[in-house]
Amino acid sequence: MSVTRAEKPKKTGRSPVDYAKAPINASLTKEQKLGFLADMLRIRRFEQASLKLYQQGKMGGFLHLYIGQESVAVGTLALMGDHDHAITAYRDHGHALVVGMSMNECMAELLGKATGCSKGKGGSMHFFAPDKNFWGGHGIVAGQTPLGLGIAYALKYKGLKGCCLTYLGDGAVNQGVYHESLNLASLWDIPVVYIIENNQYSMGTSLARSSAIKSCLAERAEGYNIDWDIVNGEDLYEVRAKTWDAIERAHQKCRPTVLEIDTYRYYGHSVADANAKKYRKPEEIEFYKQNHDPITLWENRLKEEGILDEAGLKKVDEAAKKEAAAAVQFAEDSPFPEVEDIFSDIYYEVDMGTESGQTGRHFFND
Amino acid sequence: MPVITYRQALNDALAEELERDENVVVMGEEVAEYNGAYKITEGLWKRFGGKRVIDTPISEAGFIGLGVGAAMMGMRPVMELMFWSFAYVAYDQIINNAGCVRYMSGGLINCPLVIRGPANGGTNVGATHSHTPENFLANTPGLKVVSPATPYDAKGLMKAAIRDNDPVCVMENTLLYGDQGEVPEGEYVIPIGVADIKREGTDISLIAHGRAVLTALAAAHRLHEEFNISAEVVDLRSIRPLDEETILESVRKTHRAVLVDENKPFCGVSAQIASMIQERAFDDLDAPVQRVCSLDAPAIYSPPLEALQLPTADRIIQKVLAIS
Repeated sequence: MSVTRAEKPKKTGRSPVDYAKAPINASLTKEQKLGFLADMLRIRRFEQASLKLYQQGKMGGFLHLYIGQESVAVGTLALMGDHDHAITAYRDHGHALVVGMSMNECMAELLGKATGCSKGKGGSMHFFAPDKNFWGGHGIVAGQTPLGLGIAYALKYKGLKGCCLTYLGDGAVNQGVYHESLNLASLWDIPVVYIIENNQYSMGTSLARSSAIKSCLAERAEGYNIDWDIVNGEDLYEVRAKTWDAIERAHQKCRPTVLEIDTYRYYGHSVADANAKKYRKPEEIEFYKQNHDPITLWENRLKEEGILDEAGLKKVDEAAKKEAAAAVQFAEDSPFPEVEDIFSDIYYEVDMGTESGQTGRHFFND
Repeated sequence: MPVITYRQALNDALAEELERDENVVVMGEEVAEYNGAYKITEGLWKRFGGKRVIDTPISEAGFIGLGVGAAMMGMRPVMELMFWSFAYVAYDQIINNAGCVRYMSGGLINCPLVIRGPANGGTNVGATHSHTPENFLANTPGLKVVSPATPYDAKGLMKAAIRDNDPVCVMENTLLYGDQGEVPEGEYVIPIGVADIKREGTDISLIAHGRAVLTALAAAHRLHEEFNISAEVVDLRSIRPLDEETILESVRKTHRAVLVDENKPFCGVSAQIASMIQERAFDDLDAPVQRVCSLDAPAIYSPPLEALQLPTADRIIQKVLAIS
């Protein structure tokens, strides 16, 4: 049986409970709310610009677009405090921009330029900003799940009141290491928050064809004695309220949480996904765009609240487009790394020229 | 100088580093309350407590990955694999995460992680528990691999590994844990990437790492006694980084080399060394470089046969005589 969310449509994109009244949302200022809109638009415009570059053949490898899922990164990451950290998989552009990485360094990385966030060594799937508590950007499905655990373990070890928001897709939940991580998280009381971004498809395989579940993916946490919740990802207020509960649980009780946030991606698994519109009907994608677009829904919400009008929206959107265009220009104008750069950033000790970095041969070229 | 076991030398190294740096934790299956499957961590849990010395479930991918994440945050986790053979279920964490995270972040991150445990055959536990993955690991730029043969080297290299700011794989050997040797009482660290001449000689170089060094030393003794051949034994100690100069100096002196390697021959560590010698010391050689490796099959269980599958002094002597 093939189940798609299009068969059980929601009209408003709003949860039955009014999460706007949750304390974490009730205290939001107008500026903060407009900031969320700006961040979602920045992600979308950045990625649309990157897609053009990809289609022009200016980019190598894969491009996994986040478009359609923006409310998840914005709703969750904006809650991070000084000692909160984040780590995600390969669909990482949105997270990177929300934690404060610049469009310039991200776009340059996509083009493999020396000015990229990883100096052109990581590419689309591997954005990092440890100074912003953002630990990547990881290419292997579920490979980041124990890393997030280790980051949270280190926070607890050091006596810091923080957590690690650890993102994974619905396609990652059947990897063994994720389950090993859940077991350790609960066993050792580790302040990690696993956030399953359920976009309904693990590459081209629908949820119904990939995961054996009782009612939802997050429910599997029950077996590990971990608190869990499902979240309507298109309601930014709900995303924030439920994620905040999880963060508070980590901070106050040092206990993990599994959140499953329902969302949807408009593009293929990656742009190279030739079957993007074959494993699901084009009508389904169109339905989501028309009825469940997280940005449109947030715009409508802000208009209802009387803090946004068409002119205001246009201004925010134009700024995002302008920033993205400037990032494209920056990336195109930037130099590629030099051949010598291939051999740096492999060993810390070598890079730093320490004694340990100078004993023995580290690289085995001619 | 005190004489202690290889096991005690490792234990002392761990204790000294736990004492020295609060970012060091020791983690693995049975390392704490059970005192270690091979007693390498004996007494550490009692002395340092459960925050520093931690029993993990049997969950290598999970806890090695946790160690990588903690190391990215500046901790210095020392992760025990009960057998290096079990690394195969944690391979993604070791290669993709510990090995590649610095590069993929353009140098923003480093991973001061130690993964240690025995990597050897010869204990009649069958193929799945007898792997020697040092060649696989050393094939990953980003990882360092050391393989101590003596108690002195075990302690000095373990301390260096823990203090190193890159991920280091320490390949130990269950057959060496009970071996005794002189280890000074004071503080010392052996730099990673420095080989050691374990026996000086003039006629042929026997080049080895780990327990194969001892097999080479036994062969060198007999070559001297029975054939009046003076064999030099070069102990690599570190596989990556590799002390090529010490190898080349020895070969330039003796003009002959037999490489002894408990790895399997195909793409093994000795294959790399052989390639390097012919590239850089071809004119100094009086004979082709020879190798004595584990016989090229999965590790056999049958005890008398497995003893023959590993490099033996007899096989080394045969190879030496063939080119002398």
